[in-house]
Amino acid sequence: MAVAAQAAPGLSAERPSFEIVPRKGLPIVALVLIGVVVAIARDSRWGLVFCHVVGGGLWTGIDLFVGFVIGPIIGRMSIPARIEFSTRFMPKMLLIMPTIVTMTLAAGFQIARQDAFLDTSNPKHAWVVASFFVVGVMAVIALAYLEPANVAVLFELRKPQPDGQVIERLMKRFVYTAGITGVMQVVTLIIMTRLVS
Amino acid sequence: MSAHAQPAGPSLVDRKLPPVTEVGAASMIAVAGGVIYMAAYLPKHAPIWFALVLLAVAAGLQAANAFLLWRIENFAWGRFFQVWRWSLAAYLLIAGMIEFAFVFDHTRGTALVLLTVLLGLFMLNVPVLIAFTVARYQATD
Repeated sequence: MAVAAQAAPGLSAERPSFEIVPRKGLPIVALVLIGVVVAIARDSRWGLVFCHVVGGGLWTGIDLFVGFVIGPIIGRMSIPARIEFSTRFMPKMLLIMPTIVTMTLAAGFQIARQDAFLDTSNPKHAWVVASFFVVGVMAVIALAYLEPANVAVLFELRKPQPDGQVIERLMKRFVYTAGITGVMQVVTLIIMTRLVS
Repeated sequence: MSAHAQPAGPSLVDRKLPPVTEVGAASMIAVAGGVIYMAAYLPKHAPIWFALVLLAVAAGLQAANAFLLWRIENFAWGRFFQVWRWSLAAYLLIAGMIEFAFVFDHTRGTALVLLTVLLGLFMLNVPVLIAFTVARYQATD
C-alpha cells in the first residue's frame, strides 16, 4: 500500500489516558439492568413505565442533542480539543446508549402487552408495529455502523500515533446517519404520543 | 512527541477488504425483520413461513460473512478475537434479557424457537461487526 499515513495536526499531541469501556460505570449498568428485570418479573406497572419513560426520554434526547447540537459543535472545534472531548465522551456513550436502549425496549414491550397493544385486534396495534419498525431501522444503523465505529475510533485514539484519516473515515458514519436517526426519533415521538392519547 | 508527527507505516484507511460490514448489516435487517414479524403477532402465533425465510437469509449471510473473514490474509486476528469475545459477552447479556422477556410473556413452541434462533443470530452478528471494524484499522499480527 503506497498511501502514506497522515496524522492530522495535533492528533499525536498529548492525549488524556482513557479506558475504552469505563469500568467504574459497569456497576451502574448492572443496577439498571437488574432494575428492569425486577420490574418485568414483578409485572410492576410503575417500574415498567418508569424504565420506559426514563430510558426512552434519555434515548431520544441524547440522540437528537448529540446529532444536532453537540455533533456540529465538535465539528468546528480544533483537532486537539475534538480529540480530548472524544476520549472523554465516547467511552461513556459506549455504556450509556446500549443500557438505555435495552431498558426502554424491554420495559416498552411489557407495557404494550399489559395494555393489549400487542393484540392484533387492538385498534392501536398498527402503531406498535410501526414502533417496532422504527426501532429496527435505528438498531441496524446503531449496531452495524455506529457502535463499531465508536469502538474503532477509541482503539485508534489509544495508539501512540493515531491515523487522522482512519478517525475521519469512521466519524463520517455519525454525520451521514444523524439525519436518519433524527427522523426516526421524531417518528418515535409521534407514535408514542399517539399510543397514549 | 511532536504535535505533527506522522504514524509509522502506511495508512490502513484505503485497505481493500471484503464487504463484511455491509453483509452483516443485511443479515441484521433480516433478523430485525424476523423478530418484528414474530413479535407483531405475540402472544398469538404468526404464520411461520415468512419468519423461516428471513431466518434462512440471515443465517446464509452470516455464513457468507464467516467465509469472507476466513479468506482474509494479513489481518489483526488477535485484536479481532479480543474485541469479539468482549462484545459477545455484552450481547449475550442483552439477548438474554430479550429472551427472558419473551419467556416471561408465555411465548412457547415454534414461535419461541424461531425467536431464540433469531436472537442467537443477532448475538453472533454484532460482535463480528464491531471486531471487524476495529481490526481492519490495526496493524497485522
